Amino acid sequence: MKPGAKLAMLAFALVFPFLASNEYQVYVMASAFVWAIAVYGLNIITGYCGQLNLAHGGFFAIGAYTLGLLTADAGWGFWPALLGALLMTAVLGFLVGIVSLRLKEHYFAIFTLCVGFIIYLLIDKWEELTHGAIGVRDIAAPYGFGLVDFTDTTPFYYLVLAFLVFAIWFMGRLSRSLLGRTFIAIRNGDELAQSLGINLMRNKLLAFVLSTTYAGLAGALYAGMVRIIGPEEANINHTFDMITYLLVGGIGTLTGPLLGTVGIVWITQSLQFLEEYRMIIFGPLLVLLVIFAPRGISGSFLSWMHHKAQSLAPGKKQAQSKVTAAKQAGEAENNA
Amino acid sequence: MLKVERLTKMFGGLAAVNDVSVEFETGKINAIIGPNGAGKSTFFNLISGLHQPTSGRILLDGVDVTHLPSDKVAMLGVGRTFQTTNLFEQATVLDNLIVGHRLRTRSGLWDVLINSKRLQREEKAARDKAQEALEFVELGHVAGQFIADITQEERKRVAFALALATDPKIVLLDEPAAGVNPEETASFARLMRKMVDKGLTVCLIEHKMDMIMNLADKIMVLDHGEKIAEGTPEEIRNNPVVIEAYLGGGEDAAA
Repeated sequence: MKPGAKLAMLAFALVFPFLASNEYQVYVMASAFVWAIAVYGLNIITGYCGQLNLAHGGFFAIGAYTLGLLTADAGWGFWPALLGALLMTAVLGFLVGIVSLRLKEHYFAIFTLCVGFIIYLLIDKWEELTHGAIGVRDIAAPYGFGLVDFTDTTPFYYLVLAFLVFAIWFMGRLSRSLLGRTFIAIRNGDELAQSLGINLMRNKLLAFVLSTTYAGLAGALYAGMVRIIGPEEANINHTFDMITYLLVGGIGTLTGPLLGTVGIVWITQSLQFLEEYRMIIFGPLLVLLVIFAPRGISGSFLSWMHHKAQSLAPGKKQAQSKVTAAKQAGEAENNA
Repeated sequence: MLKVERLTKMFGGLAAVNDVSVEFETGKINAIIGPNGAGKSTFFNLISGLHQPTSGRILLDGVDVTHLPSDKVAMLGVGRTFQTTNLFEQATVLDNLIVGHRLRTRSGLWDVLINSKRLQREEKAARDKAQEALEFVELGHVAGQFIADITQEERKRVAFALALATDPKIVLLDEPAAGVNPEETASFARLMRKMVDKGLTVCLIEHKMDMIMNLADKIMVLDHGEKIAEGTPEEIRNNPVVIEAYLGGGEDAAA
């Protein structure tokens, strides 16, 4: 994306709390940003590396619960608990990944679907640890070191924005690097990637751990924002929501997760007055998008930009390909 | 260069490759021919490590690579193409090729995070290698186009370039000229000759007899997983066993 568009988006995000007509809108935007961080994580393993991970919501919940339990029950501060949540989701991601990534395609998706459900069951039933259906209360808000009060919505909004910017920045660097290209090669095909000397397990595992850590970060921020969490955080619906955000925004693109998440969160919000009937509008919108822009908002936009740039220089391209064709024909004759 | 000793692959009770021994010499074009289902692709999969052989040995420059996984085999210098190559359609040709040199680089997550000197150096090397491979297959002019926008013949060349970007010593080409017209086939033949001139050893599976007979230095014929003949194009052309396998031996073809 052009640096100008990037700066414009960042500037908009920075002034948004001043444009918002009430605090609730800032809160909705902050929560959209939290989900966007998680969707960026899903984009690593599913978008770039091509492995459909249906346990993503489970890892989000693990991040939320780790932070919640460490602050509410163990008395830790928010910041050390955040580190704890990242570590926990990374380690559990490693352990789940090393088993599940032995499976391919649908089998991997089904396996992780089960992992996600097991995480839900553990949170719901392991009452001694998680308080079961009662959930976790009195979760600590981020400590502001006496400078800011993160229990206020607007400072928390900026905190989440900072994490989101870091998450996107790292994703940008990753996707352009040799490592990101390695993930994409795996998405193109296991056998081809292996024949290019790529160690499948090591690279898939790295992508998986990165994605669960992103989910853990988002979950921990979520817990610090809502301060009360329950087993429903691990509901499989959250995973499917995130997949929808990713598909609408553009899977395997850098801006897709942000556009998809923020877009759908606001559409859902603005249709709130319709209650359950909002799906009557939302459903067909989704169907139209899948038909006319199967690569999502960002993906379709990028294709369109590329073809526009190509068609601006048609003379050059055609002339060149004519020369090549003539050359090849000539050489073919010589050969025959 | 590549020496195969008594290689066998059983799928259940069926021998897809049965007791095949052969040697591919450095700087030669070695062809493998045979009727459909003769075990040619399986033979390639065994050499490149995608399948593990049931018995037998594979030696690459004297090193036993029989039980190495395919990524390790690739590191040792075996490049290959497939009958179909899935590429990233919505990315440029050059972008698709850069990963080809990944196996010769070492940058990891930490290098990405701090944008290390090593990462920058290796990314430049990979990009240069991709460009070089693209020039080699005479596709320098489509570097900036999306894979989705290039022709079928150009895709095949891109697949060659991808294999070449791994810096192989030997390349295994699985039906490189399938589905391309006669002029293009001739230009593919020249390309393979060019690979050999550059010092590579080429090994290909092909059904187009005209091309093989003009191009190959040495031909091995597989039928029902077994090697039934080996030799120069001239020897193969006049071999009665080969003629029988191709022109219908009926009941005794399996013998």
